[in-house]
Amino acid sequence: MTPSLPRSPRRNPSASLALGVALVLLLVAMAALALFWTPFPPAAIDVPHRLQFPSRTHWMGTDALGRDILSRLMAGAGVSIKVGVIAVGIGAFFGIMLGLLAASVKGRLEDIIMQLSDFTFAFPALLTTIMLTETFGPGIDNAILAIGIYNVPVFAKLTRALANNVLAREFIQSARVSGRGPVGIACHHIVPNILAALIVQATIQFSIAVLAEAALSYLGFGTQPPEASWGLMLSEAQNFLFVAPRLAVFPGVAIALSVLGLNLLGDGLRDALDPRLRKMGYDGP
Amino acid sequence: MTSYLLQRLAILIATLALASLVIFTVLDILPGNAAQTMLGASATPETVAALTHKLGLDQPAPLRYLFWIGGLLRGHLGLSYAYHSSIFALITACLAISAPLAVLAMLIAGLVALLAGMAAAERHGRAGDTAIMVASQIGLAIPNFWFGIMLVLVFAVHWRLAPSGGFPGWEPNPVQALRALVLPALALGLVQAAILTRVTRTALLEVLHEDFIRTARAKGLSPHAIIWRHALPNALVPILTIMGLQLGNLVAGAVVVENVFTLPGLGRLIFQSISNRDTPVVADCVMLLVAIVIGVNFLVDLACVAIDPRLRTQP
Repeated sequence: MTPSLPRSPRRNPSASLALGVALVLLLVAMAALALFWTPFPPAAIDVPHRLQFPSRTHWMGTDALGRDILSRLMAGAGVSIKVGVIAVGIGAFFGIMLGLLAASVKGRLEDIIMQLSDFTFAFPALLTTIMLTETFGPGIDNAILAIGIYNVPVFAKLTRALANNVLAREFIQSARVSGRGPVGIACHHIVPNILAALIVQATIQFSIAVLAEAALSYLGFGTQPPEASWGLMLSEAQNFLFVAPRLAVFPGVAIALSVLGLNLLGDGLRDALDPRLRKMGYDGP
Repeated sequence: MTSYLLQRLAILIATLALASLVIFTVLDILPGNAAQTMLGASATPETVAALTHKLGLDQPAPLRYLFWIGGLLRGHLGLSYAYHSSIFALITACLAISAPLAVLAMLIAGLVALLAGMAAAERHGRAGDTAIMVASQIGLAIPNFWFGIMLVLVFAVHWRLAPSGGFPGWEPNPVQALRALVLPALALGLVQAAILTRVTRTALLEVLHEDFIRTARAKGLSPHAIIWRHALPNALVPILTIMGLQLGNLVAGAVVVENVFTLPGLGRLIFQSISNRDTPVVADCVMLLVAIVIGVNFLVDLACVAIDPRLRTQP
């Protein structure tokens, strides 16, 4: 068996993109449907029907308080999307601003912004979010803020690296000669050229946010009872592992499928939007 | 090399100093009075004020920071508010569990990633490569704490091969203790292996593209010899760098996984201390973990320079 030369990194990128899109659409559809309808109210306790097996009435059975698991999973999808959208939004907004500032201004300010971004990586992400969440108090809003703060340096570093690539190109010189200022260049020339890479990074950070929210809620720092969250459902299920192991399966599968879908979507988008990104080193984990 | 080492050492010290400042600042704004927490809700304001003074909590923040840092440098970590015992003793007791767990998890991650990454690179573009990449993609999507719960379900609840949680202590039976760490280490290590496998594969494929590999192949070297003797040593820099960066995730992951398996390690101590508002313990533990992450990355940097001296000239 001879080690072959690297060929196309993915033989069928469209298949993985299609699977990613399907899984993410499923997540969004579940969350959207839960806004208007769930089989049962997600927080409705029905102790006489606790720990029921899956049936025609309760498709995934009921938990230790008799709550319908499918309904709670659907409500949990909404929580995951909310956390992902807001936390990534916070990180992207401030990170892109800082990254653009660093690339445009250069000099000492660029060094300070980048060294601070590097420094934050010394703090393990989950540890930072646990510290921040506990400082500001447990709850989903604070968890979102903590995950959002963690996202800022990720976007700042990426934006600065990509912006520097764009700034070295000739059309930027032309824009400068034609009298465009730094803000105009950033808005009209840099952002449109780096948007694809930022979208790809956003999907990756989205999946990390879903995982972080699940971990925080599992530890009791995120979503608080009686609200439904996949991490919280896992935490509650752990007390009944010996009598109802199925309780721990459904939320975990939901998390894994959502994160898998987002990762595949990110990979697929990268290939579809800008194949050059691979050559620039954004090959994902 | 000496100037490079001194420069990296200066950055290491500056990073540690900044990290200590951030940890102190974040934890200093924690709501709640530590003296009140220690004495309970029924304590009189006078008693609380006396204890606040005794603990030095009425001092200005910069002074408290200097006192904390001075204590850390002299090895005096202070007393836990909640446990009323030496923080040093608490941390060393927890490290006796967390350190072997982290090493075991990193060994599992490194070994699995190296073997799977090499196998995927050797079979690039074929079914074996696809299977390993699909497995690693699934591994990336699985939260380590859920994987831990599933391991408990299969190996503890169903097959009864391993304990579902807890730690019996290293004495009198170290084998029993090691058994208690196997499932948590697998939960941490295998999920980390998913990331490292992709890095190993990508790094190897890049090296396999180089001219010297073509020369080695033309000389008639076997595929295994090419991978082991030529490709792997040249692909080690990115693999080691990512392993160093992943250590941070592993340390943080341990906080959650130790809770799944009710292991009385450092992660669980942090978790319980945060819940107890035991700020000195939290500050010391987080500082220790951050120092480990920074220190290991410093050593990884040095190892990478030793492997590839060209890196010395890069910022």
